[in-house]
Amino acid sequence: MAKHLANSARLVNGGFIDRDKPITFQFNGQSYIGYGGDTLASALLANGVKVFGRSFKYHRPRGVFTAGEEEPCALVEIGAGDARVPTSRAPTVPLSEGLVANSQNCWPSVSFDVGRVIDFTHVFWPAGFYNKTFKWPSWHTWEGMVRKSAGLGRPLTGPDPDHYEQVNAHCDLLICGGGPAGLVAALAAGHAGLRVMVAEQSEEFGGSLNWEQYQLDGKPAYSWARDIEAQLADMSNVMLMPRTTVTGVYDHNVTTLLQTGKNNTWRECLWTVRPRHILLASGAIEQGLIFPSNDRPGIMLASAARQYLNRYAVKPGNNVIIATNNDTAYQTVFDLAREQISVSTVVDSRSKVSEALRQRVSDLGAYLLTGARISNTSGSKGINSVRIEDLEGNDLGNRKCDLLAVSGGWAPRVHLLAHARGTLRFDAVSQSFLPDRLPPGMSVAGSANGTAGLEESLAESARAASMICETLGFPADQFQTPVVTTCIVESRSVSPMQLDNTKQRQWIDLAHDVTFGDAELAVREGYVSVEHFKRYTTTGMSVDQGKTGNLNAFIVLGALTSRNTGEVGTTTFRPPYTPVTLGAIAGREIGEFYAPRRYLPAHTVHQKLNAQFEDYGWQRPDCYRQQGESPEQAVHREARAVRASVGVFDNSPIGKLEVRGPDAAEFLNRVYMNNVLTLKPGRARYGLMLNENGIIIDDGVFIRLAEDHFLVHTTSGGVARIGGMMEEWLQCEWTDLQVLLDDMTTQWANFTIAGPKARNVLTALGTDFDFSSSALPHMAAAVGTVAGLSARAARVSFSGELSFEINIPARQAARFFEAILEAGKPFDITPYGIEALMMLRTEKGYLHVGTDTDGASTPDDVGWGHVARNKVTDYIGKRSLFREGNMDQDRKQFVGLEPLDPNQQIQPGGHLLIGKDRQPPAETDGWVTSACFSPNLDRYIALGVLRAGRGRAGEILTVCDEDRQFNVKVVSPVFYDPENKRLKE
Amino acid sequence: MLRIPCPFCGLRDQVEFQYGGESHIERPENPEQASDAEWADYMFYRENPKGIHYERWVHSFGCRQWFNLARDTVTHEIIEAYLVGDQPKSRKRDAGDESYG
Repeated sequence: MAKHLANSARLVNGGFIDRDKPITFQFNGQSYIGYGGDTLASALLANGVKVFGRSFKYHRPRGVFTAGEEEPCALVEIGAGDARVPTSRAPTVPLSEGLVANSQNCWPSVSFDVGRVIDFTHVFWPAGFYNKTFKWPSWHTWEGMVRKSAGLGRPLTGPDPDHYEQVNAHCDLLICGGGPAGLVAALAAGHAGLRVMVAEQSEEFGGSLNWEQYQLDGKPAYSWARDIEAQLADMSNVMLMPRTTVTGVYDHNVTTLLQTGKNNTWRECLWTVRPRHILLASGAIEQGLIFPSNDRPGIMLASAARQYLNRYAVKPGNNVIIATNNDTAYQTVFDLAREQISVSTVVDSRSKVSEALRQRVSDLGAYLLTGARISNTSGSKGINSVRIEDLEGNDLGNRKCDLLAVSGGWAPRVHLLAHARGTLRFDAVSQSFLPDRLPPGMSVAGSANGTAGLEESLAESARAASMICETLGFPADQFQTPVVTTCIVESRSVSPMQLDNTKQRQWIDLAHDVTFGDAELAVREGYVSVEHFKRYTTTGMSVDQGKTGNLNAFIVLGALTSRNTGEVGTTTFRPPYTPVTLGAIAGREIGEFYAPRRYLPAHTVHQKLNAQFEDYGWQRPDCYRQQGESPEQAVHREARAVRASVGVFDNSPIGKLEVRGPDAAEFLNRVYMNNVLTLKPGRARYGLMLNENGIIIDDGVFIRLAEDHFLVHTTSGGVARIGGMMEEWLQCEWTDLQVLLDDMTTQWANFTIAGPKARNVLTALGTDFDFSSSALPHMAAAVGTVAGLSARAARVSFSGELSFEINIPARQAARFFEAILEAGKPFDITPYGIEALMMLRTEKGYLHVGTDTDGASTPDDVGWGHVARNKVTDYIGKRSLFREGNMDQDRKQFVGLEPLDPNQQIQPGGHLLIGKDRQPPAETDGWVTSACFSPNLDRYIALGVLRAGRGRAGEILTVCDEDRQFNVKVVSPVFYDPENKRLKE
Repeated sequence: MLRIPCPFCGLRDQVEFQYGGESHIERPENPEQASDAEWADYMFYRENPKGIHYERWVHSFGCRQWFNLARDTVTHEIIEAYLVGDQPKSRKRDAGDESYG
């Protein structure tokens, strides 16, 4: 195991890492050692690694720019195989034993990347180049190559092997951010008795207290934070949630949190929290500066340099230069000096700097250049020098360095406020967007609110907590905030950026490789609104979502279009704040738990019969395969057997709505297109239901069991929808009708016994009612017992054969099914499945709603127009049938189709071209909706819809089906037993 | 996700409900006599306000009862919930009071 530059850039003492806990990890195939508490970024920096990856477009070497989730450069791939995580931000990856990490977007290696050729030819690849180039001979010639070189991380190819959880929660107060403001508010609210949740994205609470050199109440900030964390952990009404990012705020303050596991069985847990109030204590993100070649490894944010130094005991450089437009960067000079790290120069774009700071810088032997800015940098694999100029462009010479720490001001983390539709205003003093109008139920405190000092932040947070307690009904005592006994350099004031617009290659978005030149191009081409500008240049669209660059980009856009930044505004902030794994959103609803499987009550009997199950909302047999049979052979055997002798079909999923009450008949008469009032008890009728637009939405047989009692059969897939529709009309429109309805689908199992020998089977089963042809004619019903079981039987047919549909209590389904099979043995009873069922109904031209009908089908289209028109009373959809469009004679009508060649395979979807032997392109007059080989007719048959089809019987048309054309004849849809003799036996 | 105050069950998550469109739509007394324009008005024409919308919801995965809500279509604030057949207490606010960027 090679140890490469082992911790050469680590301070011997100091920091808050655990030197007693060494951790071995790999980066780009090399082994390194880090310590407990390290992140991947801090450990690699400590080991002298400078280049972490290659930039998105130009493949330029990149280091680490930040110490947080806002990282735009150090984007690495963690792990291997199906569990690897592309585009992880190195500062947010906690170091763990055996961690494997690799650079991205480089080949063959991060040190030598062939893709860099794009950087060397950069003039050809400005923003939106793909909209203007690669057009000859056609885009598709180049597309493969461009797509291959685009992108950043490698996508995964296998299923996610990790587990994810989801939790729902409620609380009084959700605090976003566990820094100083968040901790004080948690303490105050916790003591007042609120149920508090505190979400902190890092491992430890404390925020900037974990690296800035404050002292509170005489204690180092880090220790103070640990004390408070322990106090809060002890409070039963406070839930501390480390490693938890608040990812989005939605309507009514419903908030999502992504919690990362640590030694858990789950990788991530997505929380949905419903707080009564939210406190945003999310802090602010330091911004970079815009100057030529501002993207080199060795250029990082001034506060990041402090965090690496103070928290992780990393020497971020040996010879440092600072570039800034505000006071806060000076603290980096003083912190580095404390560790005897040389700062040679401070380049400040402001003309005036306070005397106190000037003196301190001078005391350390460093130069302070005011009214100055960086004009260029050098050092491909790591910065080695900078060039400086004054604001008029006069050269001030070259200086060597191996770290350039930059600060362009601070952008409050207002994302969550913006999600909840709070508004922002641009503040000229801080050159940043601050919260303006807060959404209801949300407060802000600390640097997230633009408050710059720690003492003010703590006081503001205590006040906010007090107000929240009051609002929620928990009167609180005055909270004693800690005293800041040692301070660091603090200031709200940021000087407007001094950009040299004559120079090239100045980055405004590091993650998406967007330069100032791209911004100028966008403005030249008219993309001046901030949303257009963003999309044209792709600024702010990468994994970092512009956290360190957007503010400057909006300022630049303002400057280029002579608007102040407030007029430019910001782009829309959208959840999630940081990436959320799709697995966390899916939670446990994957694989077998994606949707519930519904099993027929007699499932085990079907299994014994070797049923081939398919999911139709219920697990149902497509067919039953016997020894040596193909599925096709099984289906044909079953369809023939039903007509030859007798078959049994499990129709238990059919919708069964019971409708009862004095007004049940009147109600159903308004719901069905058919007349219900004339149906006598003991009789059944086939009906169509329409929506108010006159469109067929369901069909089925309804049975009148008594004067005030109906059994409504809906399609199996439609029962919930139809039941809901009926309730809606009863509750909202026809409130005076006395009707009760209930969905009894799962309470009754349903078996169809169909075929010439059906009566024989019933006789063998035994009933207590007469089912002879005269006692139980076609479309009659009976209540009694079958095979000793409570039953409702109806003589109804979907096969066109003599057929009995019998409902028995669902818990007796298996027993009943076996009884039917036993009773049917002498008659060769054949269980048949969905495929055979569909074949039989197609032979009879029976409608399948949703297959032969669509969202435009009216009753007349399917041959039921006479019933619809002749019903005198009103029903749902009736009025719409008299609209002009619904009375048009040229509408698509339901027809039968016969290929001229009986062995010509025909399938649904083929278009009907006018005339014989037509070739596309040609006019289409309709299409095939259902089709099959008919084993009972020994030929292919089909159903379809054809313009004015009922008047075109005998006409020859061409079916155009993908790349085949063949001729068909328009016929009646009733192919088998057109006189319905078998039905009426 | 909205939190909806069902008049029967209290405050529940939106996923338990289904939306039923604008409320107080009058179905013509005699559809047969309604002109095409009157029928189209009933079927298709809706207020679509920027501001308070009076609308129907049903608590499908709860009590399964229909009820009405007055909801602001811009802020999603729910001003009140009231029963089918009742009138809302809130009065319609003017739209355009505040600018929504």
